[in-house]
Amino acid sequence: MSPRAAWRLESLGFRQVYDYTAGKLDWMAAGLPTEGTGAARPRAGDLARKEVPTCGLDERLGEVRDRVRARGWKVAVVVNEERVVLGLLRTGELDADGDRSIEEVMRPGPSTFRPFVPAEEMARFMTEHGLESAPITTADGRLVGLLLREDAIAHTSGGGDRVP
Amino acid sequence: MPTSIDREQLRALRDRDAQLVEVLPASEYEEDHLPGAVNIPLRRIDAEAPRLLDRDRPVIVYCWDGA
Repeated sequence: MSPRAAWRLESLGFRQVYDYTAGKLDWMAAGLPTEGTGAARPRAGDLARKEVPTCGLDERLGEVRDRVRARGWKVAVVVNEERVVLGLLRTGELDADGDRSIEEVMRPGPSTFRPFVPAEEMARFMTEHGLESAPITTADGRLVGLLLREDAIAHTSGGGDRVP
Repeated sequence: MPTSIDREQLRALRDRDAQLVEVLPASEYEEDHLPGAVNIPLRRIDAEAPRLLDRDRPVIVYCWDGA
């Protein structure tokens, strides 16, 4: 739609016309602010816990496990040097042999969600699919944080009452 | 010929006083739009662009994903 608008503006005599082709999807997927009636709604990116523990592929599980548990977490996100999400370590993976590498034990390619998804939609999806947490990333896969289901439910309009 | 730009170029152009226009329907604009954007749906461009936009300043248009 925007390419046609840009061409039409040029034909109407506008000489400096630019098309932000990636559009609103790109802007919101980057977690950038918007204006409008939806802007006040809590979204996944607002609620995601930014302090979630992270680790790299070549670390030893035992060291990562100690670090994760010392911070009171039961999950960690595996990222590369660009903070692109590569995998997840949930309780089952964290309990594996501590001498193994993260790359060997992680859950690879987890589903990720964009920061602009409303909390209510996330709460419903996570409940339906039995997800306790979900990585929130930008469109290019960079970690924003980890959304906990309890946080998503707490920020729906009716709190836990509306989402079983 | 219109120039395609990315997010960083958009920000740079906004610093140069570019006008930002969402061309989606009003209902979508009202729910969420980029800060400072005005709404001129595609079908109303002929009628409203000459009235609302300054021809001497850059204009950036966007929709949901360029499709």
